[in-house]
Amino acid sequence: MASELTAGDAGRRGLARPDRGVRARRRRERTVGRVLFGFSAVSIFTTLGIVAVLLWDALAFFREVSPLEFLTGTRWTPLFAPPSYGILPLLTGSLLIAAGAALVALPLGLAAAIYLSEYAPLGVKRVLKPVLEILAGVPTVVYGYFALTFVTPMIRAVIPGTDVFNAASAAIVMGIMIIPMVSSLSEDAMSAVPVSLREAAYALGATRVEVATRTVVPAALSGIIASFILAISRALGETMIVTIAAGATPTLTLNPLTSIQTMTAFIAQTAGGEVAHGTIEYRSIFAVGLALFSITLVMNILSGMVLKRYREVYE
Amino acid sequence: MSRPDDVERAAPAVAPPTLPLVPKPVVRRSGAASTQSAAASTDAPQEPRPKARAFKPGEPSRFALRTKGRARFGTFFATICFLATLVGVLVLMVLLVDLLRDGMGRLTLTFIDGFPSRFPDRAGIKPALLGSAWVMLLTAMIAFPLGVGTAVWLEEYAPDNRFTRIVETNIANLAGVPSIVYGILGLALFVRTFSFGRSILAAAFTLALLILPVIIIASQEAVKAVPNSIRLGAYALGATRWEAIRHQVLPLALPGILTGTILALSRAVGEAAPVILVGALGFISYVPSSPMDNYTVIPFQIYNWVSRPQMAFAELAAAASIVLLILLLTMNAAAIWLRNRYTRKL
Repeated sequence: MASELTAGDAGRRGLARPDRGVRARRRRERTVGRVLFGFSAVSIFTTLGIVAVLLWDALAFFREVSPLEFLTGTRWTPLFAPPSYGILPLLTGSLLIAAGAALVALPLGLAAAIYLSEYAPLGVKRVLKPVLEILAGVPTVVYGYFALTFVTPMIRAVIPGTDVFNAASAAIVMGIMIIPMVSSLSEDAMSAVPVSLREAAYALGATRVEVATRTVVPAALSGIIASFILAISRALGETMIVTIAAGATPTLTLNPLTSIQTMTAFIAQTAGGEVAHGTIEYRSIFAVGLALFSITLVMNILSGMVLKRYREVYE
Repeated sequence: MSRPDDVERAAPAVAPPTLPLVPKPVVRRSGAASTQSAAASTDAPQEPRPKARAFKPGEPSRFALRTKGRARFGTFFATICFLATLVGVLVLMVLLVDLLRDGMGRLTLTFIDGFPSRFPDRAGIKPALLGSAWVMLLTAMIAFPLGVGTAVWLEEYAPDNRFTRIVETNIANLAGVPSIVYGILGLALFVRTFSFGRSILAAAFTLALLILPVIIIASQEAVKAVPNSIRLGAYALGATRWEAIRHQVLPLALPGILTGTILALSRAVGEAAPVILVGALGFISYVPSSPMDNYTVIPFQIYNWVSRPQMAFAELAAAASIVLLILLLTMNAAAIWLRNRYTRKL
């Protein structure tokens, strides 16, 4: 069979071309290796680019606003006559939203993970899992629409004094959005707990719920905590829901029923308007971006460390 | 013969611990149910609980059997978990129904084929649809070769050294960077420094960097899944490393790579935040015809409409959301179909 193949056939059929010169093939090997290496470097340059871009304009910003004022100031009023750039209102805005989202997503996501991993029959699991993942695939701008036109009127019907733009509505919807993040990562961690551990617990007389909560959850705790941190980091970085539904008034408040502004919403709302290049307003985008990038990066690294350091290794 | 022997060996091991366990629950059983729980709760705080306590024979056990109560709690817990799972599903359904109710009336041919307008009755999403198509195509052209190339390098070429580990950690971290930060990068790098302006090209480059980590990770999985025997077979026939990859590994990994790429692209199509920064415009009255044109995309058009106070524009936003969801659903279905159709058992 092989002898019937001509070199041309081989090329057309996608086989190697042994008729080419050894030197030419070797040269091509080297070139391909270098090109692929160059592609890999793009991801490194992306990170360097993000850091460089953020630092460049943020440093220009900090020449006009002292970092101390930026980090500890309690008023964010870039449009007032003497503008004030204290990031705390934006930061508490982001944290308020993230805390609200966590309040919704962590218990619901963990319970869903326990159900899917420990209780659900295979058929139910096959349906519910992809449906839950659709939640993560819905564009955030659609969630923003949902928060503003559906959830907000509902909250206002129950608590009449609520602002049209409020933190609660955005936080609830964001919590729903990050449920699949918590549930699928936690479920992966729980499914990785060996069956022998469960069998041992059953053999000691534990009921199903005891096996789930006292054996499986502790054994999978590193994965569960890591999923919590990732989900909160995601909530801090999410933009569209808060831009549409949470308002544009940077207020230092913990009241979820008032209009606030998060770091992400400030960036989007400021950049969405006309901002002249080189003004302090333009540069404030980068300073806030730098703060946001640092916070989410620390949380992501933390999540990875939790996963690595506290993982129980079985068998 | 062996059986009695087994029993004899097992019996002393099991029996002694059970003996001291039994009495106390029996005593509690005889009292009322309320005293039982009261006894349990008064017991608990008195003795400090060391983490792991060795059981001393003869010591009274704190173990209470309470079979019925525990079973009842089990059922309760299972129900709670099931309901929690349903919450997500339920909200998804409410969301879809809400969108359909608000937007269905606006979903006409003039809407699909029309241009943005300040009169809601005449407004349409044709430029946004075509803008999304342009951006998606260019994003794919940039991100696909870069992502697959990086994955192949990491899986097939990379030596196990510090640099490789840095690249891998870096990719994992990039996947967690908020999309709006990519928007800032795009604004400073592509819009300003490379002076692409507010063009389709700037958006495509920005979104390509955004989804690059997703494509890399999916492609790595697909390449990893190709068994080594295939590579060894190719080498044995005289193929070089690249020939083995090009003709054997990549064709087998392609379904997985394409599935990952389509899912990543569907994320890019749904993104609004980075596009706000790289200068999408809410009012485009022509169809984009080159990568350097101004543009708008569907998510940005939705954002633009939902930001207006009039109810009619909210309905337009809902209608555009329906179109966007249909587009994403189609892409996801294509990805799933591709995976099922071409996944061969390796």
